[in-house]
Amino acid sequence: MSDITWIIIAGALATYATRVGGHLVLSRFRHIPPRVSAALDAVPAAVLATLVAPAAVSNGLAEAITLIIVAIASLRFNLIMVLLIGAAAIISLRAAGLG
Amino acid sequence: MRDSLPIVVGAAPFGLLFGALAVENGFEVYQAVLMSAMLYAGASQMVGIDLFGTNVAPWIIVLSIFAVNFRHVLYSASIGPKMAGFSPLQKAIAFFFMIDPQFAEAEQRHERGQRLSFRWYMGAALPVYVAWTAEAAIGAYFGKLIKDPYAYGIDFMLPMYFLVLVMSFRRRKNWMPVVLASGVASVIAHHLVGSPWHVSIGAIAGIVLAAIMAGGDKKPETIEPDAEGVQHVR
Repeated sequence: MSDITWIIIAGALATYATRVGGHLVLSRFRHIPPRVSAALDAVPAAVLATLVAPAAVSNGLAEAITLIIVAIASLRFNLIMVLLIGAAAIISLRAAGLG
Repeated sequence: MRDSLPIVVGAAPFGLLFGALAVENGFEVYQAVLMSAMLYAGASQMVGIDLFGTNVAPWIIVLSIFAVNFRHVLYSASIGPKMAGFSPLQKAIAFFFMIDPQFAEAEQRHERGQRLSFRWYMGAALPVYVAWTAEAAIGAYFGKLIKDPYAYGIDFMLPMYFLVLVMSFRRRKNWMPVVLASGVASVIAHHLVGSPWHVSIGAIAGIVLAAIMAGGDKKPETIEPDAEGVQHVR
């Protein structure tokens, strides 16, 4: 098999390990302390923020403005609507040469 | 099943884009499909094909995939105890399908006080999985027809999508400090250590801050439902 196929198989095993690992390890504890509970509660927002922040600051003006528009639009509209607004924003801002 | 439709639609551009980019980075069509079917983790798949294109050692690519997906450890710890009446085998199956929006959906269903059953879970998960795998094939075949992804903003859909998910959690306790800590830490780590470690480092910053801020609570807080978030992710 080629390198790519081996990488895919190893990557799949590593990914599955992360998906079962947390439950297998943490289910051994009877009571989850408040701090751990608060930490777990913060997980999704914390992780997803790390996927956004570098994209917001390491690209151009068009990208930064688009993310601000997306943040404001998400207070009001659903996901698909926000993505359409965001797509319209990035296309027009880049066409305007702000990219 | 109904809960999965917006996720299918929302993920479609990324599934197609992955297929197209994978072929450009030297993957065969079947390998792009295999990766979507076996990893089923969009961001790490993108990182994987990106690194493969740069001839990085295979074990580093696998480690990077692991780093990007490390968040699932915490998802799994959080959602595992909430899986009502799942057998061990059902849990083993369910965890394979635990992508970001699936986790968010399941968390929010639990917070609404609705039963998180295996039937509901797989009903939400399977359409997304089938579509995701099919999109890798379609994207690989037809992706090259998109002459200028930059002009169409396709490369920037992912950060937009993740930002909406971040916003959907804004009713949670200490959301703003957590997001700021993670955001700032990830930007610093992105400069100093580089991708993909900024994901783990930034996430840890926000999670540790949440744990520290919870120190003043005498009783465990009940988690407030993210009513808005449910609407956004669905």
